[in-house]
Amino acid sequence: MSGPSTYVPKSALGRWFESRLPIGGLIHSSFVVYPTPKNLNYFWAFGGILSLMLVAQIITGVVLAMHYTPEATMAFSSVENIMRNVNYGWLLRYLHANGASMFFFAVYVHIFRGMFYGSYKAPREVLWILGVIIFLLMMATAFMGYVLPWGQMSFWGATVITNLFSALPGIGEPIVTWLWGGYSVDNPTLNRFFALHYLLPFMIVGVVILHVWALHVTGQNNPAGVEVKSVERDTVPFTPYATIKDAFAMVVFLILYSWFVFYVPNYLGDADNYIVANPLVTPAHIVPEWYFLPFYAILRSIPSKLGGVIAMFGSIAILAFLPWLDTSKIRSGRFRPLFQIFFFGFVIAAMGLGYLGSKPPEGAYVIAGRLLSVYYFAYFLVILPLLGLFETPRTLPATIADDVLAKGGSAILAGAAQAPSTKG
Amino acid sequence: MTFRTHTLGWLTAAAASLLLSASLLSVPVSAQEGAHEQPTPARQSWTFAGPFGKFDRAQLQRGFQVYKEVCSNCHSLSIPFRTLAQPGGPEYSEAQIKALAASYKVKDGPNEAGEMFERAGRPSDNFPWAFANEQAAAAALGKSPPEMNLLAKARKYERGFPLFLIDPFIQYQELGPDYIYALLNGYSKADDPNYNDYYPGHKIAMGAPLSDGVVTYTDGSPQTLQQYAKDVASFLYWAAEPSMEARKKMGFRVMVFLIIFAGLLYFTKKKVWADVHGDAVTTH
Repeated sequence: MSGPSTYVPKSALGRWFESRLPIGGLIHSSFVVYPTPKNLNYFWAFGGILSLMLVAQIITGVVLAMHYTPEATMAFSSVENIMRNVNYGWLLRYLHANGASMFFFAVYVHIFRGMFYGSYKAPREVLWILGVIIFLLMMATAFMGYVLPWGQMSFWGATVITNLFSALPGIGEPIVTWLWGGYSVDNPTLNRFFALHYLLPFMIVGVVILHVWALHVTGQNNPAGVEVKSVERDTVPFTPYATIKDAFAMVVFLILYSWFVFYVPNYLGDADNYIVANPLVTPAHIVPEWYFLPFYAILRSIPSKLGGVIAMFGSIAILAFLPWLDTSKIRSGRFRPLFQIFFFGFVIAAMGLGYLGSKPPEGAYVIAGRLLSVYYFAYFLVILPLLGLFETPRTLPATIADDVLAKGGSAILAGAAQAPSTKG
Repeated sequence: MTFRTHTLGWLTAAAASLLLSASLLSVPVSAQEGAHEQPTPARQSWTFAGPFGKFDRAQLQRGFQVYKEVCSNCHSLSIPFRTLAQPGGPEYSEAQIKALAASYKVKDGPNEAGEMFERAGRPSDNFPWAFANEQAAAAALGKSPPEMNLLAKARKYERGFPLFLIDPFIQYQELGPDYIYALLNGYSKADDPNYNDYYPGHKIAMGAPLSDGVVTYTDGSPQTLQQYAKDVASFLYWAAEPSMEARKKMGFRVMVFLIIFAGLLYFTKKKVWADVHGDAVTTH
């Protein structure tokens, strides 16, 4: 990626075009000869899976938008019209609704992978921050998309979340009125949410391009966390090696996706969203989609409204500071025995918060939510800064090639023994 | 050495807080169930459950009969008549649907004179509602009854931890029909027609709508409350999810394709990567 491409097209027409717009060279250097570390595991396939999901969401979303009516009295029935009367409308809608969940599932795996293997550390800070921006844009997009069917949970979810801004002192109320386009969530709110829900995915595409660009400048991190020392010994070309591996991972991911779409399409949704929005009837429990639950739990753990809002946004914003909060020189968690314990504690805390976010904020749920929220923030603000100072890491492999050798042991040797005979 | 004790302290603190939160998590689940006081609806066996589930046509037709003779007096069902003839549903014949639609009066207009008029229903019309609007229904019944076309997807009950984690694997999607069945069988107090075991808060505006013998079946099925409840719950699930059979049928094909494709890709990947590790050894 860095530096001018050495790519020369085979055909004369290709060479003519390449000397005018070197797009072939760009693709060639980014997705064909681009060196990828040999020791990547399947957690590294989630970047490709996320690109696939982004494209899938945009395609299904654009077609759905052709049939959807963003008007408060017609939105709900237009979605039912898609489900009942549009050819394969049920398929498009279930793909899109479950696709959002799959997208978030993949992004959480992707983020946790980065956190475990220290992918945010120098020189990948900008790459990481671009990722945090993509995550924020995804959350905004998903939230607005969930409002569009105009069911009970759409309406009340929108009311609760937009109302958070009213916690800001002085300017809060005017901001909420401005967001709503009126004095409550209503048709103007639905209209602007639809416009933004259509716009934001393309902004995500833009930031994803920057994210991939930054990735291809620094090169990928890898499970050993040691930098590529020799392109020849430590890496393999993107095509065919990463291409085929990612393709396999994507198809396995599609199996999971299809399971939800075809067999349990409503499992991840809320039953209340099959009731048309009614401003006069509040649902018993207003619960966001599962992928927002950990942040919702943090919001409700703080007794003050403003404090809760700050904590919730802070819990996401803090990710952007991770490169400077982690003081350890060692990238990969594989070589950090203590870090591993705290990291898996963090994963459990995040999932625990997710569970608590779905429960009413009362009694022991609140206490547990507060404890886990404290751990969530302590992980970033106390544990990671101190751990780097006190922890004794394990010995790192000298190179990526050494890491591959050390890992496979006998299986690799067996493969090597066969290799000469097959190659002749 | 001081480092060791320091880190050990961290560890025990982390472990303790995790254990504490875990124990806190396990307590309120049972406490909460006690507070709600609604029994959990029993899981029924439905012909449409599972990856190969299909609706029982005769059951859907009986369920429609229950809807038409009982539910439709209060509840609306805004789906077109024609859907009852579609594949994957009750599958009435076109002629039957034409006759059914014609038996209803539908408001249409305005005509050339600018007036609204009534005409016989056509298969493309929605089932008309017994009330002009929600306000009229609320005035007559005390509370406007819920629309029925999505009712079976708009109702659920709490599965609780850890069952809700198992549901996607066992493909349990029939919470709505199970709840409706339980509710229709849940009028347990003879002296209070508005008391229901399963309704949140127990006070339901709808008095027991069904009892043994209120609908006369022509196919010899038992004319009991349980049978009516089961038939109408099935019908409502079809009404909420009319494309379910097509969806599961396509799902199976997609799954077979993806699994074979994944297998082929796996072996291709193995072949492509086979020489990578070998090279690493030889160059070493």
